Amino acid sequence: MKSLRVSDVKQKYRGKNYDVIVVGAGHAGCEAALAAARMGNKTLILTINLDMVAFMPCNPSVGGPAKGTVVREVDALGGEMGRNIDKTYIQMRMLNTGKGPAVQALRAQADKHAYHAEMKHTLENEPNLTLRQAIVDSLIVEDGLCKGVVTNTGAKYFAKAVVIAAGTAARGKIIIGELMYASGPNNSQPAEKLSGNLEELGFDLERFKTGTPPRVDGTTIDYSKAEEQPGDATPHHFSFESSDKNYLSVKDQLSCWLTYTNETTHKIIRENLDRAPMFTGVIEGVGPRYCPSIEDKIVRFADKSRHQLFLEPEGRKTEEWYVDGLSTSMPEEVQQKMLHTVAGLENAEMMRPGYAIEYDVVAPYQLKPTLETKIVRNLFTAGQTNGTSGYEEAAGQGIIAGINAGRRALGKGPFVLKRNEAYIGVMIDDLVTKGTKEPYRLLTSRAEYRLLLRTDNADMRLTEKGHELGLISDDRYAKFLDKKRAIDSEIQRLNQIRIKPSDAVNQFVEAHGDKPLKDGVLASVFLRRPYVNYQTLLQFIAAPDAPLDRHVVEQVEIQTKYAGYIAKAEASVEKMKRMEAKRIPDRIDYQAIDGIATEARQKLQKIHPETLAQASRISGVNPADIAILSVYIQQGKIAKLKKSV
Amino acid sequence: MVLTTTEFDTIAAISTPPGEGGISIVRISGEEALDVAKKIYRGKSLDKVASNTINYGHIIDPSTGQEIDEVMLSVMRAPHTYTKEDIIEINCHGGIVATNRILQLVISNGARMAEPGEFTKRAFLNGRIDLSQSEAVMDLIEAKTDRSMKAAINQLDGNLSHLIKHLRKDILDVLAQVEVNIDYPEYDDVETMTSKLLREKATDVHKRIVQLLQTAKQGKILRDGLATSIIGRPNVGKSSLLNHLLHEDKAIVTDVPGTTRDVLEEYANVQGVPLKLVDTAGIRDTTDKVEKIGVDRSRKAIASADLILLVLNASEELTDEDRQLIKATNGKQRIVVLNKTDLPIKLKLNEIKQLTHADHIISTSAIKSDGLKELEKLISKMFFDEGISSSQNDVMVTNARHIGLLNQAKQALEDVIKGLDTGMPVDLVQIDMTRCWDLLGEITGDSYQDELIDQLFSQFCLGK
Repeated sequence: MKSLRVSDVKQKYRGKNYDVIVVGAGHAGCEAALAAARMGNKTLILTINLDMVAFMPCNPSVGGPAKGTVVREVDALGGEMGRNIDKTYIQMRMLNTGKGPAVQALRAQADKHAYHAEMKHTLENEPNLTLRQAIVDSLIVEDGLCKGVVTNTGAKYFAKAVVIAAGTAARGKIIIGELMYASGPNNSQPAEKLSGNLEELGFDLERFKTGTPPRVDGTTIDYSKAEEQPGDATPHHFSFESSDKNYLSVKDQLSCWLTYTNETTHKIIRENLDRAPMFTGVIEGVGPRYCPSIEDKIVRFADKSRHQLFLEPEGRKTEEWYVDGLSTSMPEEVQQKMLHTVAGLENAEMMRPGYAIEYDVVAPYQLKPTLETKIVRNLFTAGQTNGTSGYEEAAGQGIIAGINAGRRALGKGPFVLKRNEAYIGVMIDDLVTKGTKEPYRLLTSRAEYRLLLRTDNADMRLTEKGHELGLISDDRYAKFLDKKRAIDSEIQRLNQIRIKPSDAVNQFVEAHGDKPLKDGVLASVFLRRPYVNYQTLLQFIAAPDAPLDRHVVEQVEIQTKYAGYIAKAEASVEKMKRMEAKRIPDRIDYQAIDGIATEARQKLQKIHPETLAQASRISGVNPADIAILSVYIQQGKIAKLKKSV
Repeated sequence: MVLTTTEFDTIAAISTPPGEGGISIVRISGEEALDVAKKIYRGKSLDKVASNTINYGHIIDPSTGQEIDEVMLSVMRAPHTYTKEDIIEINCHGGIVATNRILQLVISNGARMAEPGEFTKRAFLNGRIDLSQSEAVMDLIEAKTDRSMKAAINQLDGNLSHLIKHLRKDILDVLAQVEVNIDYPEYDDVETMTSKLLREKATDVHKRIVQLLQTAKQGKILRDGLATSIIGRPNVGKSSLLNHLLHEDKAIVTDVPGTTRDVLEEYANVQGVPLKLVDTAGIRDTTDKVEKIGVDRSRKAIASADLILLVLNASEELTDEDRQLIKATNGKQRIVVLNKTDLPIKLKLNEIKQLTHADHIISTSAIKSDGLKELEKLISKMFFDEGISSSQNDVMVTNARHIGLLNQAKQALEDVIKGLDTGMPVDLVQIDMTRCWDLLGEITGDSYQDELIDQLFSQFCLGK
């Protein structure tokens, strides 16, 4: 493809020195830069377009299953996404409320313009952080060490560590029907040169594809034909620091609307499949299975007579609406026709067509769990650059890359979250261990310990770490410790109080179809009954000395009600930890180990897992290979011991 | 860093059961198997012979030039062998002394003595067979009768693997549905996995695992043999009963009897049920040292037996010693054998019935072979009801590790049902369903656990 660049700068100049440079100011870049700066590093963040800081080129929403938990994890580590969405949401909903606590998921609709403005303002006001518009053309790398970046305007910035979070800008290409042009998200400039530089440095790049639906003018939607989906009245927040008093009432929130495609829509799509870049071979990139384009859905699920479409407002000061479920790269004309077949959209004016976008990805096997690259030291990558999709996934990696780049600049050791500690840990381990063949999205099913990785307890899991990293203030940490103490002491109290089989208790129990109590029962045991919650429990026992905060009550309930399951999960974590403790020597030569299957050998050689547990999670490495590897390492240790004797 | 490993040494072992068999086989496996064989073999050039050929020649002690044995030597080249390594098998003229001598020569010329189960371990490590298959091979070697052989072979074919994979697939379908409901809560594309549906599925898989476990009881007998003790005073006919059970035309797979006085166990095939006869040497000893055999010695044998054959002399009145033996075997699976019915009967049947709480009583005359068929039928019926067959298609679980895992999987499913009973949400109950899936995966080796391999291979005994 021809370059957009007409001419290059003739003379380069030396800019200031920084501790950390972050390339890209999307959801990964913002978290990375803020984390590095807040740890005390002089940080520079560069973006192709200052008006696209923390921009949402796709869904105007944050959270959902697994993703919402990541936002809370970022918050517990002192990150920004949770606070930012709490300040700019237009609707808040808790999903999966009918299910258990492990899978409850918070999701907000964002005012995408406010979200961007708020995040930009936060960056601008961060003392150690400089925000600047520039395109990075190349990295300064000497002897395998990354020392800085060179911009399209000729500036050379030096730093102790660099984070690349280029998103879909890396050699981005937008496709709408037969139309195809070099572009970053939403018609922004692409980063045309950085990919080539990465290839020269020896990186293996892959080509991924994602897409977005058309936007329509809300004044032309007939809402009477769609089903309203209002926000929740009960207060929810992403950030553990946000307070209930700022929560918007339902009438102050904006609703989403549900409608459906129909056979006519499908017929139009089928009749135009010869113009669909998805099927004509125009699109080379690999798209996500979990978020297929509408043409993909029609072809793969031909027997379905309709598909859900969610109409989502993009903000308070715009009439643009996002048609969730209609992601497409069909020609504009076809998109129009499709839209007009949908109930409620018969007269809708399309404001922007949907499009597919192809971009370069650094195959994530080239990364360490700190998100530092294996071949260039002091270089970190995060977000879509690593093959993920989603703002939350980006933010989760961004904060880890920023923390590790910041710690490198400070001369400190690596920071890694384990699979049993955070969804962020699951995601990064999946990426660096298994890699990904499609844009990676977090799912609760990817987490084997999801009961431990709940959305309600992200602060319990990570606040202490955030504090140690210097990202959580002493004040916030003290409040966290108070909460923790309150939970522990109430659980302890419930473990000591006995409920006697009084008439009142038995009336209550029998009213719920249960057998009356014969003997006294511990309050904690009583609380485990499905029809008992903390409030009903208080009818039968004395209230604690001081009334408890609702977040404390929530923890007491969950930790008591599901104690059995939680204990089982913790036991299985212990088992995993033993395997995690078996480290594979850095310089192991897989070629020298007989008996490992060829596929496994190639994978091991490529990924260089750090522990046996990690090795066992690599697809294509089977138990026999692990057994051989285990024996080999064991014998290496014995040989070493003998040698030293 | 240079790592050394013994994992891929060339190994050797005698792969036929110990004893004075017609032919013994010394097996060598590993990269140097051919080199080792060449040093001690005189015959055709082994480098030139084709793979999978058997070659006539002699084993020579290279240090003295002395001829040790006339042999047939098989050459099987990697990777199409059991261990996926080069394999040499030396078929020699049996006899402990000669076979041992050849093994020693093999070892002094570059091979190492194989550890128990090491050939199979290599087959497994080299990706030749999966976990349940490698265990089945061990069972096959230890199989005592045709019936148990069939159970072992079925498993080797992957029948158990197949069945387990089927169960896992069913569970996976359920899990996937639960997951979709969680990760895409608003999408109406998928039927919601309700408590009711989950209960139905869990109950169904539970039922199938229970059925599988029912075969385990019989499977254990088929594999390990039914530990049987013949108890009785001296001269009541234990010896002749034993000889009848061990009759020549019965297939006895292992331990050739009479080769050594140390053999404490012998196997008899009774209508397909392998009887492991405990303390047979004790019974044989009776001809030399009648007086030494008494209640004390019997006690040990009684304790370890699954089945007691209590032999009484029908031509004599009940003695105190008989009464003591009856008392000592109360509560055991027991058949009272009234022997010597060819002589005038003096034993009071009513008294026996009373003392033994109406146990199985059978009258025999070992000398005239009367009642012996009935005895065999009774044994078979006691442990294998007509309902259970070991036909070609039936999968029988015989391995202790598999049984353990199936029991845990069953428990996990019971936890699923218990969780549903106590009103736990589907996504929590699903944790136990996932555990069941993982446990079943361990049987086929589809999920890895650290302890698995170690435990597995330490269970193996020497041989293929």
